[in-house]
Amino acid sequence: MALSKQQIAQRIAQELQHNWYVNLGIGIPTLVANYIPKGIDIEFQSENGLLGMGPFPIEGEEDADLINAGKQTVTVLEGGSLFDSAMSFAMIRGQHVQLTVLGAMEVAQNGDIANWKIPKRMVKGMGGAMDLVASAENIIVAMMHTNKKGESKILKTCSLPLTGVNCVKKVVTNLAVLEIRDNAFYLIERAPGVSVEEIQAATEGDLIIEGEIPEMKFD
Amino acid sequence: MINKVVKNAHEALQGVEDGMTFMLGGFGLCGIPENCISELVELGAKDLTCISNNAGVDEFGLGLLLKKHQIKKMISSYVGENDEFERQMLSGELDVELIPQGTLAERCRATGAGIPAFFTPAGYGTEVAEGKETREFNGKMYVLEHAFESEFAFIKAWKGDTAGNLIFKGTARNFNPMMAMAGKITIVEVEELVEVGELDPNQIHTPGIFVQRIFQGTDYEKRIEQRTVTPKS
Repeated sequence: MALSKQQIAQRIAQELQHNWYVNLGIGIPTLVANYIPKGIDIEFQSENGLLGMGPFPIEGEEDADLINAGKQTVTVLEGGSLFDSAMSFAMIRGQHVQLTVLGAMEVAQNGDIANWKIPKRMVKGMGGAMDLVASAENIIVAMMHTNKKGESKILKTCSLPLTGVNCVKKVVTNLAVLEIRDNAFYLIERAPGVSVEEIQAATEGDLIIEGEIPEMKFD
Repeated sequence: MINKVVKNAHEALQGVEDGMTFMLGGFGLCGIPENCISELVELGAKDLTCISNNAGVDEFGLGLLLKKHQIKKMISSYVGENDEFERQMLSGELDVELIPQGTLAERCRATGAGIPAFFTPAGYGTEVAEGKETREFNGKMYVLEHAFESEFAFIKAWKGDTAGNLIFKGTARNFNPMMAMAGKITIVEVEELVEVGELDPNQIHTPGIFVQRIFQGTDYEKRIEQRTVTPKS
């Protein structure tokens, strides 16, 4: 069965490493915070100026002056810190943040990503996404393998305006875990019960399948 | 100490004219200069260019200026929360320049820091870099981005003293400190205006040298865009 959004987040959480600073984008990436593996310490950075972001506040304790980049009310954990936007993006550009997880409309086999604009239909802006993808050491894209019409979003070349070039190295979709190298998608894991053929059929870009492809494991 | 205090938003906005370029602090509705925006609506200044990370929502923040068609151009990183904005942009009434958020922050900082331009990797290979100089450093490509020019900067701080020293609260700091540095005239509204000596110099976020006018703000609404909570168990 294809993964739910929660399961995509859960699979990405397995990539987290001890003592990493991590920036989570809006949507599925935000859910990753719910599945941090035991024994792993992670500090979340929110690009509007918060390090050590905690869970949503207890009802009645929400503070208009404490939000995340998705404009949701949040809390700050003990040991957290607050800073301005220039400092925040110095952390990001200066590669002090070890991992960025973000959503995408399209990913291409050369590592290009598109996630901010559909010409003439949707223009919301890139927010911090262009800064994040241009600088992060590790970028994991969380996305659905196909769009609502069933068309592949895992492509040879992006058709939408780009957010960044040659930057994505790992993609976790509802069907598969993919690695991008040598201008191709390497199939690393399958969603439980999803066949290699199904993944192949949903992938427009070049898909490399080497040997037996294991299923993802969840605790 | 140099006294920067003015009576209210009306007095603070002396000199504002049609066609000017402004910076306005805030991220979403967090840390926006509510009093100054209300006064801009009151004054009816038009053909404005506004540099602000977001464009408010339909009935609040910069949305109030958009509704009255006072803004000619917006320079922002994310504008997704405002239907009237989208309508004006798609119909061509409003000119919009979208900039990566970190680039926007650094351009504001550069403006106030005497740096005319800088290289950043953000946007390389995308339409943001079109027509801009690019250069390779240590095997990686960067885009040349320039400082802004802004006649006024409108800033919201938590506490400030009569000399213009500022302290921000929570994530309401965001773009405010860089924009405070960047305005030719920087106007600050505060929740709590205190006498000099009452703020600890060790705790100041923005030194008063960047501030020209400061006033005690009133009637803060501080709207929350996305009220997310953990239910009481």
